[in-house]
Amino acid sequence: MSDKGGTVKKLMYINRKAPYGTIYALESLEVVLIGAAFDQNISLAFIDDGVYQLAKGQNTEALGVKNFSPTYKALGDYDINKIYVEKESLQARGLNQDDLMALTYEDEDDDWAEKNSIHIVSTKEMSDILEQQDVVFSF
Amino acid sequence: MALDVGGKSVETDEEGYLTNRDDWDEEVAKAIAVAEGLDMSNNHWDVVNFLREYYEEYQIAPAVRVLTKAIGKKLGKDKGNSKYLYELFPYGPAKQACKIAGLPKPTGCV
Repeated sequence: MSDKGGTVKKLMYINRKAPYGTIYALESLEVVLIGAAFDQNISLAFIDDGVYQLAKGQNTEALGVKNFSPTYKALGDYDINKIYVEKESLQARGLNQDDLMALTYEDEDDDWAEKNSIHIVSTKEMSDILEQQDVVFSF
Repeated sequence: MALDVGGKSVETDEEGYLTNRDDWDEEVAKAIAVAEGLDMSNNHWDVVNFLREYYEEYQIAPAVRVLTKAIGKKLGKDKGNSKYLYELFPYGPAKQACKIAGLPKPTGCV
């Protein structure tokens, strides 16, 4: 789609909280999905307990709330494919990329090849990425 | 609000979306379609069934743009466009088809 009539901004959504217990993670995800309609340059960051939002095998039965983690897998369909996870936050929680869901997108410019959306980055790299954004939303 | 399906009462919200997703079956879908003034063809069912599968997998009803792209991929390019989908569901493919599919209103729909 074209950007006629407006400029494309770089928007980043930062997620720092565990998926359940507060409404932040779900609200952030919903805002991301709604905002995806506006054709902006969107990226997502997962820092601190926020990395748990992408954890594999979530089960919310005992909590009695909806497990919305499968919805992250739809992000690729919404052309959201820049997902940055802070390495230090994973390490501090004894996690690595294998503990996270595989999030992918299909690259329209490369014969719809399936590509990985998740990038594990250091704190330093994350701050560089943040530096480049026009707008940052913090959840 | 309630919808009458073959003598059974099924609860809906004020816009006609099912209150309990578990109440859905094909008869309920047909009853919602009748209330919407739609005559369900195989093409309608293709879209409704696709939405149910998408919801099952991702726990959301897709936005129109995502639906259009995915339908095109699954059912062919001639069906993956908003003209085709709006002809089937004049009040909006996402909104109206989701209602018939027994799903919540798509995220971002007002």
